[in-house]
Amino acid sequence: MDYQIDFDLIFRSLPVLLRGLLVTIELWVPTVLIGLTAGFLLSLARLSKSATLRLPSLFYIELFRDTPVLIQLIWFFYAFPIIIGVQLSPFVAALLGLTLNTSAYSAEIFRGGMQSIAQGQWEGARALGMRRSKILQRIILPQVFKRMLPAFTNRIIEIAKMSSLASVLSVHELMYQGRLLSSTYYRPFEILTTVAFIYFVLIYPGTWLSARLERRMAEKA
Amino acid sequence: MNEPILRVTNLQKRFGDLHVLRGIDFSVEPGERIAIIGGSGSGKSTFLRCLNFMEIPSAGTIALDGNEIGKSRGREEIRSYPEAELRAVRERVGMVFQQFNLFPHMTVLENAMEGLLTVKGMKRALARERATRELEKVGLATKLDAYPGRLSGGQQQRVAIARALAMEPEILLFDEPTSSLDPELVGEVLRVIRQLADEGRTMLLVTHELGFAYHFATKVIFLADGVFHEVGTPDEVLKAPMQERTRAFLERFTEFAF
Repeated sequence: MDYQIDFDLIFRSLPVLLRGLLVTIELWVPTVLIGLTAGFLLSLARLSKSATLRLPSLFYIELFRDTPVLIQLIWFFYAFPIIIGVQLSPFVAALLGLTLNTSAYSAEIFRGGMQSIAQGQWEGARALGMRRSKILQRIILPQVFKRMLPAFTNRIIEIAKMSSLASVLSVHELMYQGRLLSSTYYRPFEILTTVAFIYFVLIYPGTWLSARLERRMAEKA
Repeated sequence: MNEPILRVTNLQKRFGDLHVLRGIDFSVEPGERIAIIGGSGSGKSTFLRCLNFMEIPSAGTIALDGNEIGKSRGREEIRSYPEAELRAVRERVGMVFQQFNLFPHMTVLENAMEGLLTVKGMKRALARERATRELEKVGLATKLDAYPGRLSGGQQQRVAIARALAMEPEILLFDEPTSSLDPELVGEVLRVIRQLADEGRTMLLVTHELGFAYHFATKVIFLADGVFHEVGTPDEVLKAPMQERTRAFLERFTEFAF
């Protein structure tokens, strides 16, 4: 390989890329927290006996699952403001799109998890006189969480990667900074490799931790 | 004559077009031990499950200590059953299931403590003490910290019994408690149930163990087609049944006896 790697450029780019990383984290963490919480509530609506709760939630979930995320993000930036009459900042539009998309996906993970818990668990708890909220909190959800841990980990990782799509809305996150730098210096190899490396460093600890957690839980049961 | 602790009037249950229970009148007095026998699909499990409202009756009333449960809605025969009222009933009417239904993510001790903590609001130390006592009683003092998945079926069912007992129910319902057990594990569970009988507890047992029913029960009910076909003492129903249908049912059990 004749290519001369410009290490100096990598070091000079780092401060800008790390600022981008910060924005990526600012997108990632709220998306995970709000998206998963909303997804949980959505799954309860989806599993509800009442059709007025079930059907809208089903519609919402399918809408977000069956269209590309990229379109959803762009739509929240360009189309949504027309409906509500307020222009959203790129960051808010991206956060909104990512969060709603995440809520739809995690609702399906919660639903699958809850349906995989045998009916007998509900009955055993009900027969003791436990109330529904307590049964969910103490009997069903701990088992759902344990069983669905790999699926949730995947989703959380997916969100970190998905946040790079916000670059199309000019949100100054890691991917945007990377593209900007690589076209400024005509050095995509150095810059984009560095960007990929930073994503890896961001995500890998999570994967490692969840694998450990899964092992520990497997030993317990 | 004692006041009935439980009184059932014209109990009916439908699942869609299927009319499973077709009008049952029945009462339980304190200290009675009632064995319910019958073929599969006869409605005996459904009947038992109506008594603690695991199934909501389609018609009829159930009264606990003379108080009818639920509210009648005008002149309709369908009653409404507020959740809070049903929870109060379930606290007093415990149930043991065929499939145990233990909580797999909790230890044996935690399983037996759960109702005390979340339903009775008991302090942890006190709940632990009572749960431990019940688990010792069913012979599981050495398994307190084990997870249910590590126990045999017979041990799991004994945990389930201790879990129900810890709530100090006035009535205990057993829904085929030994049907999913290997034959060699049936005895240890039946011995625990007999021990409860000796304490004078009020119990209803749906079972296929006719021999056990004979020794255990003060009253035997043969259920067929959603009605009580024959009711009497164990000697009457199991040894000298009046009804042809009961005789035919019992004969199938003795066909391969030796």
